[in-house]
Amino acid sequence: MDVIKKIFNEKRSLLVPVVSIVLGLLIGAIAMLAGGYNPILAYSSLFNRVIGSPYHMGETIRAITPLIFTGIAVAFAFRTGLFNIGVEGQFVMGMTGATLVGVLLDLPWYIHGPLAVITGAVFGGLWAGIVGYLKAKRGVNEVISSIMLNWTALYLANLIVSRFLTDPGQQKSRAIHESALMNIDWLVQLMDKARIHWGTFVALACVIIFYIILWRTKQGYELRAVGHNPEAALYAGMNVNRTIVKSMMISGVFAGLGGVFEVLGVFGNQTIMAASPGYGFDGIAVALLGGNTPVGVLLAAILFGGLSYGSAGMSFGAGVPQEIVRIVIGSVIFFVAAHGIVKFILKPFMSKRAKRKEAA
Amino acid sequence: MKKTFSFMLMLVVAMSLVLSACGQAKNGGTNEGGSKVESDGSGKDFKIGMVTDVGGVNDKSFNQSAWEALQKLKASTGAETKFLESKGEADMEPNLNNFVREGYSLTWGIGMLFEDAMKKVATENPDAKLAVIDAVVEAPNVTSVTFAEQEGSFLVGVVAGLMTKTNNIGFVGGMEIPVITRFAKGFEAGIKAVNPEAKVNITYSGAFDKPDLGKSIAATMYNDGADIIFHASGGTGNGVFNEAIERKKSGKEVWVIGVDKDQSLEFGDEVTLTSMMKGVEAAVTKVSKDLIDGKWQGGSHQVLGLKDDAVGLPETSTKNVPEDVLKKVEEYKTKIVSGEITVPSA
Repeated sequence: MDVIKKIFNEKRSLLVPVVSIVLGLLIGAIAMLAGGYNPILAYSSLFNRVIGSPYHMGETIRAITPLIFTGIAVAFAFRTGLFNIGVEGQFVMGMTGATLVGVLLDLPWYIHGPLAVITGAVFGGLWAGIVGYLKAKRGVNEVISSIMLNWTALYLANLIVSRFLTDPGQQKSRAIHESALMNIDWLVQLMDKARIHWGTFVALACVIIFYIILWRTKQGYELRAVGHNPEAALYAGMNVNRTIVKSMMISGVFAGLGGVFEVLGVFGNQTIMAASPGYGFDGIAVALLGGNTPVGVLLAAILFGGLSYGSAGMSFGAGVPQEIVRIVIGSVIFFVAAHGIVKFILKPFMSKRAKRKEAA
Repeated sequence: MKKTFSFMLMLVVAMSLVLSACGQAKNGGTNEGGSKVESDGSGKDFKIGMVTDVGGVNDKSFNQSAWEALQKLKASTGAETKFLESKGEADMEPNLNNFVREGYSLTWGIGMLFEDAMKKVATENPDAKLAVIDAVVEAPNVTSVTFAEQEGSFLVGVVAGLMTKTNNIGFVGGMEIPVITRFAKGFEAGIKAVNPEAKVNITYSGAFDKPDLGKSIAATMYNDGADIIFHASGGTGNGVFNEAIERKKSGKEVWVIGVDKDQSLEFGDEVTLTSMMKGVEAAVTKVSKDLIDGKWQGGSHQVLGLKDDAVGLPETSTKNVPEDVLKKVEEYKTKIVSGEITVPSA
């Protein structure tokens, strides 16, 4: 009982997020009832799609993985006071770097795979580095430059793929050599052919790296100091400009890695894209939802990825149309993001409990 | 800090508004099939699923045509039909698998992006029956349907070539990919066949879902003196139509040639000269019906063209296209069907 109390105590409580999700689902249920659909069936189909079978479980993990990468990429820059809206572009550059190495080179697996991963990460890092450099040297607002570079990245990637990596008459690159692919074969078999890849583990490792860099190193202290107050950091003798570039590059590496594993683990080639995949923009929501903390981002990515993968289950199982599915997802995310409202609603209950404690 | 944070929040809100606007075209999804045909019950043991590409089921283009076909099939045969939308390319494989694993009798993938996902799902599930539009998948359990877009585009090219007054014609493609270049090549060949003088300006917008881009490209073309624009660019083309409608209102003589469906029904006869219809609906109906009638052929690849009436002009063309031009179109159609003319496709 004490354990439960501990979990649900007010300070570091799980109560607020849990109530937020429940409230969101309730609002969603009302929307479904209003539309004449069965919310219980819809929610059971949602959960069934997320955890109902090994295949869907695996695919949910596949959908969550890129969101972890882009989520920590946004959160990392945020901690340094930078709003990296260009994660999308860095993600695409990461894809392109990995595809270039994966398609053009033919090396033994123990070199090829890591080389493709590193190249993609470097592509993403350098792409973000441009933004950091412009900000540090020329004072260009990183929001503007990174948003513009998203488009540049998309069309540059399309150009590279279509000029160097594509057979005539195709609109996707040649297949990436087996030696560079990052699937985990035994786990893919175990998960009933869901596309599981090493990216998931790298993503988890990156969450830990994110924590260690920011809170356990001197550099991380500098990064956060610049985020809190650049002038004070400058006064304290820190090199603010270098910190900005460094922060952007690390953020870009995380984003790039997300793109890398999307091509090496999921697709095995890169298409000429009409629009960028959107994981970078979702990453902004994930980072904000997770409060820019490592565990928060991880949980937010799981929530976001699970909902977005599972949402197809609602239309499949209960015939709920896409708009109402979006209302449901939107209201869950709304309540999680606006936890102030939830705290406000919970306050009377909280104080009652506190009083009871006093009385005892 | 607080100020910057609220600024960022505002930006995020603005961003999400922009993004949700991008996705707005995907409303609906439970539209009932138009006609109330009595079901003959022949298909009640069949479950037919369909996975859209990223355009969604209400894209006013081929995804929508395919879904309409399945709804009509449901009405006429009693077959159970369902669709799933793919939000990104990564969703295509699990969505196909969703139908396959639920034991659907036939699963459609709509659009060329399905090539890889379809191939993989077909290989992994040799007992499942699958069908794909606009892509060719070589597997014994997949029916592939593609269209000879160049033939239909040739005919609308003939219309444009004969009807242009400025001898300046535009083409807006979604992306420079094989299926779209077939439109461009056929269109150009059709114009040159009847009007060698005419200048053809071919532009690719790079996107199928950016009406704003279509509008600005159309504005540039019309400013350069074009009076007819043919678009093969999905949702981007909505912008082309909007630009034309605005110019029409201010008294300019401009036309748009629609694509995939009879777009005059959507955008009105004032600006829609004609459309290059692509018989996605007919194709989906035919292959699905074959399954119900026990005539389904896996591993086949069907190229549907003028001879199958799978591409061509809608009947509403008579409103804006004079009879002598339509007669000319009919002439060329006969020549293409008989093989006298081979329309270039690349």
